[in-house]
Amino acid sequence: MLIRNAAGLTENDVTPHEVYLRRREFMAAGLAAGLGLAGGAAAAPLAFKPSKWSTDEKRTKLEDITSYNNFYEFGVDKDDPAKNAGRLKTSPWSVVIEGECAKPGRYALEDILKTAPLEERIYRLRCVEGWSMVIPWIGLPLAALIGRVQPTSKAKFVSFETLMRPDQMIGQRSPYLDWPYREGLRIDEVVNPLTLLAVGLYGQTLPNQNGAPIRLVVPWKYGFKSIKSVVRIRLQETQPKTTWQMLNAREYGFYSNVNPAVDHPRWSQANERRIGEFRRRETLLFNGYGDQVAGMYRGMDLRKFY
Amino acid sequence: MDRKTRERIVYGAVWLACLAPFVWLAAQAFLAELGANPIERLIRQLGVWGLRLLIVGLAITPLARILKQPRLIRFRRTVGLFAFAYVSAHLLTYVGVDQYFDFGAVWRDILKRPFITLGMMAFVLLVPLAATSTNGMIRRLGPQAWRRLHWLIYAIVPLGVVHYYLLVKADHRPPLVYGAIVFVLLGWRVAERLRNLRS
Repeated sequence: MLIRNAAGLTENDVTPHEVYLRRREFMAAGLAAGLGLAGGAAAAPLAFKPSKWSTDEKRTKLEDITSYNNFYEFGVDKDDPAKNAGRLKTSPWSVVIEGECAKPGRYALEDILKTAPLEERIYRLRCVEGWSMVIPWIGLPLAALIGRVQPTSKAKFVSFETLMRPDQMIGQRSPYLDWPYREGLRIDEVVNPLTLLAVGLYGQTLPNQNGAPIRLVVPWKYGFKSIKSVVRIRLQETQPKTTWQMLNAREYGFYSNVNPAVDHPRWSQANERRIGEFRRRETLLFNGYGDQVAGMYRGMDLRKFY
Repeated sequence: MDRKTRERIVYGAVWLACLAPFVWLAAQAFLAELGANPIERLIRQLGVWGLRLLIVGLAITPLARILKQPRLIRFRRTVGLFAFAYVSAHLLTYVGVDQYFDFGAVWRDILKRPFITLGMMAFVLLVPLAATSTNGMIRRLGPQAWRRLHWLIYAIVPLGVVHYYLLVKADHRPPLVYGAIVFVLLGWRVAERLRNLRS
């Protein structure tokens, strides 16, 4: 018998070993979801392949990743998102992609997921507040999605927006930030292979408090750049305004690259507490991703463009 | 129940109320219930309880006057010393646990970070007040000098509120609420002064 499709199949089409080993857990999770036991949006298993960009550092506990969050749409305290995000309805979900591209439109989440195979990326995450985690994200390179909509030569920057839905996101009823949350990247940052659109962590779909159903992950920048629950992506010629910069431009710049030598005006960025560890550790320039990203900022004064 | 027993029970209740946050935090720490970043949580909670007790201390005199209950004044020392204990534990956790006794780093923080500068100032000013809280010290200083020294509290509490305000990232409402309460409590004293001057 002639097997015609064999050449089209790659290693990526095989169920990853890790998923295979955890198949019973996945079946149990699926069963629980089917029975509606989990309440709200139940975590569902995802199929993914490993990535060469992953760190082999010890991963932060799932419990810590899902209970210690800055997601001001659900309140300003670290435990507010875990308490309040359950009400957010993340299905159906779509993302409007517009501006300087040949194929603007409203893309359903299911459609976006078909753009590229999902990968696990175990990244360090450094918060501007001086703490850090190691998180096994599941996602696809943002470059793949942006490539799909065919940017024009005028697309120099990309802006992102979080969902605005005050009845389900109770933090949005208070005006401490100028809602909806907005973030932005330069186009070369957007297409950098490290930049990820995450849809899961620890092998499962994203919990709401971590930015379900789809969020940005830019591991060499402070965490607030990695915008959550994205509904709008706009390709544009000018540098977009971003939420924290609008609130306090002296403290939060457009670039916000992790940099131990450039302090936040109110506190030092020289070191950080890795969640789960006792002693503080040194913070690394570009959060340790200099080999992949330093070239983009060559010749720039990082004190001026903080 | 005679008056003395009742007094003791009331005093014991105030004492236990001041101690309760300590016990609660210690229990949470023991049970590993302080969340993903226990050191940060501990520092914040100790600081906030120190500020709350300082404010309670500031409220006692106006309450005693308004309610015509002069005996309330006797709780000022207990509340004030507990406030000092919380603030000291707050500072000690920052220096010893957060910074791991890296005094160089702490000193740089004091010089460079306004919110730490102000917090440190508030603590330094609190020390002489705690040290002169005994009956013996009041006698030795003389009531007039003792009273004057303890006016420092009118600077310390606002410093504490500003210290809190400066470390908040976006939602400034909680420190502003504390600030408003302090403003009222100090304003009452100013009004009282003016009234006394006129009469």
